[in-house]
Amino acid sequence: MEKIKTVKGGQFLVQQSDPQNIFIPEEISEEQKMIMDTCRDFQEKEIFPLLDEIDSQKEGLMPLLMDKAGELGLLGISIPEEYGGFGQDMNTSILSTEVMGTYSSFAVAFAAHVGIGSLPILYYGTEDQKKKYLPKLASGEFKGAYCLTEPEAGSDANSGKSKASLSADGTHYLLNGQKMWITNGGFADIYTVFAKINDDKYLSAFIIEKDFNGITLGQEEKKMGIKGSSTCMMFFEDCKIPVENLLGERGQGFKIALNILNNGRIKLAAAVLGAAKKVISNTVSYANERVQFKNPLANFGAIQYKMAQQAIRIYTIESAIYRCSNDIQNSMHQLMEDGLLKEKAVIQAQKEFAAEAAILKVASSEALDYVVDEGVQIYGGMGYSTEAPMERAYRDSRINRIFEGTNEINRMLIVDYLLKKAFKNELPLLSASKNVVKELMSIPEFGEENTSLLALEDKLILGFKKCALLITGAAAQKFMKKLSDEQEILMNIADIIIDCYQAESLLLRVKKRIDLKGLENCSEQIAMCKVFFYDAADRIHKNAKDAANSIAQGDELRMILLGLKRFTKHSGLNSKEERRLIAKKLIEENRYCF
Amino acid sequence: MKIVVCIKQVPDTTEIKIDPKTGTLIRDGVPSIMNPDDKSGLEMALQLKDEYGAHVTVITMGPPQAELILREAYAMGVDRAIHLTDRKFAGADTLATSHALAGALRKIDFDLLITGRQAIDGDTAQVGPQIAEHLDLPQVSYLQDLKFDGVKTFTMKRHIEEGYQMLEVDAPCVVTVLSSANKARYMSVGGIVDAYQKEVEVWGFNEIEVDEANLGLKGSPTSVYKAFARGLKPAGELYEVETDEAVGIIIKKLKEKFILN
Repeated sequence: MEKIKTVKGGQFLVQQSDPQNIFIPEEISEEQKMIMDTCRDFQEKEIFPLLDEIDSQKEGLMPLLMDKAGELGLLGISIPEEYGGFGQDMNTSILSTEVMGTYSSFAVAFAAHVGIGSLPILYYGTEDQKKKYLPKLASGEFKGAYCLTEPEAGSDANSGKSKASLSADGTHYLLNGQKMWITNGGFADIYTVFAKINDDKYLSAFIIEKDFNGITLGQEEKKMGIKGSSTCMMFFEDCKIPVENLLGERGQGFKIALNILNNGRIKLAAAVLGAAKKVISNTVSYANERVQFKNPLANFGAIQYKMAQQAIRIYTIESAIYRCSNDIQNSMHQLMEDGLLKEKAVIQAQKEFAAEAAILKVASSEALDYVVDEGVQIYGGMGYSTEAPMERAYRDSRINRIFEGTNEINRMLIVDYLLKKAFKNELPLLSASKNVVKELMSIPEFGEENTSLLALEDKLILGFKKCALLITGAAAQKFMKKLSDEQEILMNIADIIIDCYQAESLLLRVKKRIDLKGLENCSEQIAMCKVFFYDAADRIHKNAKDAANSIAQGDELRMILLGLKRFTKHSGLNSKEERRLIAKKLIEENRYCF
Repeated sequence: MKIVVCIKQVPDTTEIKIDPKTGTLIRDGVPSIMNPDDKSGLEMALQLKDEYGAHVTVITMGPPQAELILREAYAMGVDRAIHLTDRKFAGADTLATSHALAGALRKIDFDLLITGRQAIDGDTAQVGPQIAEHLDLPQVSYLQDLKFDGVKTFTMKRHIEEGYQMLEVDAPCVVTVLSSANKARYMSVGGIVDAYQKEVEVWGFNEIEVDEANLGLKGSPTSVYKAFARGLKPAGELYEVETDEAVGIIIKKLKEKFILN
């Protein structure tokens, strides 16, 4: 087997990446394609005809659909074979999550079960716990849920008040407390519940079966969207948990909760991608059909702009998602070669790419919100009607910016994870930042003339990263440990980093695609790359300028502002024509086709 | 019981477009699928397997990429897959195709041979019946349903223009199946994983029992004179009148066209 070149988390910001090192969806294997086909068949035949019934929470329907998914093996894709699953790799798991994400209410139930409902036991369970629960979770006989949030402990999860006390004879814990927003709460059989033991500082995790005494379910919550997804409060009153159902070690729960979220964020991004592709396909086909002023809507430039923009954002986030999932997969293999057990290697690899996962979560959920918003707009009056698919898609999209950590929390985490790595000397962020300052003080080098097709983008990506490094370095130096109090600046920095990761992933993908498919089959992809960079240059400049004005003054500020201008300098682009080219392809194919 | 199912890889005609200049199908970039009638035939075999423990073999003739539908068949649950591929088979019409398949089937022991009624790329419905003739086996076409008595007799429900015909037929025999006969099962994830660990047997001319003169272009009496896209029908005339008057108008029109006299 050829030696895998593993990259480190956050490394993208300080080094150049090689297109050959990334995985792009154009490379999926026949076997992966077949698994996706099964997922797609299942979505179109079992879920699509029942969307209204699912949203009305028809009694017993969601668990029945989960059972059907279980029969097909869809719930066991990531569970190892020795525990009744199919042990598929990270990329396959993300590919299937994407397709299973098409219709959101079911997607949320599915993702909660295979993700936060099953993974804590897979990653942290003892052998006995895994043997007892995983095969039934993989088959769907047991449905899983995850209970972290409390009425007064949302984003600040560790502040929860639920308490478990060890019985005098040491055989069980008695759990008291309240949990809320429990996805699948209404029908789950197995709950991973977080609570503090006695007066511990940190949470512990427990596996709770629904038949344990002392559990009361609240009413189904009435929600804006994903109405078919079961969401309940749960009350625990002297709920008796056998000691062997402590998951992981005492006090390890908060760590478990955070690590599971790393996986949850990239999975969320994948599911959102699946939903977005469907929305774009519906939008394009409506724009082709609907005639006004004797023209299909698709003939109008204003509509073409929107459709092209939808495609650009989704193709870009897709590039970033599969780059990241492959990096995690490679990193996991490397860690296993170094002697780590598989489950430990998975956790470690996902943690390594925690910043990237947070980037994907924010960027994908905001891209979907754009896609559904313009979807409603293109449908016009019909977009506002419950008769057409856009109204549901619009409502269902909104939760993605809230769960798995709000986008604000995730933006702060992006910067936090990267700076932590820098301070631990795992990532040469600060030295790279100093080099940018040094470069600004010296006479600019013009280097060799790059005449390749994406020469401007090659140059810009370096400049984008320099902006990120310059601002991050300046902010860290100025505010030191108090940087966390400057949330507005953190938001700016996060947005720059998000743009950097997306832009580079897109550029790498398009280059690899050109190698694989030939230049003649990449016109629209090249156009997407050019437009994204053209827009990103201004976005990055604006975010960086805003941050700089809040960080520096006088000569330092002037130097930074000059640098930002230089690093984001774009020679111009007829973005109207590029977008029209992208839209033309969408219109011809009558669906999302990239 | 041993069952063989013949399947074919076809372009997904729901995705296909016609070149307005040449009038031929644009096949570039059109996804390939298992022919729907064949898929129902396969489902019928798998249901017999579920109930009676039958051994199911699938066979296809086609270029190397046709292997994909054999993997798909494995993922649905068949026991054996044979891929008939050889340059000597190239350019075959329905007759030469049925000769090649019959040549392979002479090497396989079976009680029931199932094919789809017809393939969506040619719509001929000829290959199944031709195979039955070459092998001198009884055939029942256009099957809507099939039941097995557990010994050797099948009860068949055959779709005919006016309704259904019920037949009892003993094994061995050949049937062709309609896609409306059942709803084909999904490939399961476990099935897909297994499918890529199983062997697809590749058979060429040397593995089968057939006269070479009957194969490929040489064995194909059919030649296509011209392919063209059918023109659009002109818009119809619409009359909003009472029934009696409408009947009168229809009869008059039919007489004008000499359909009635």
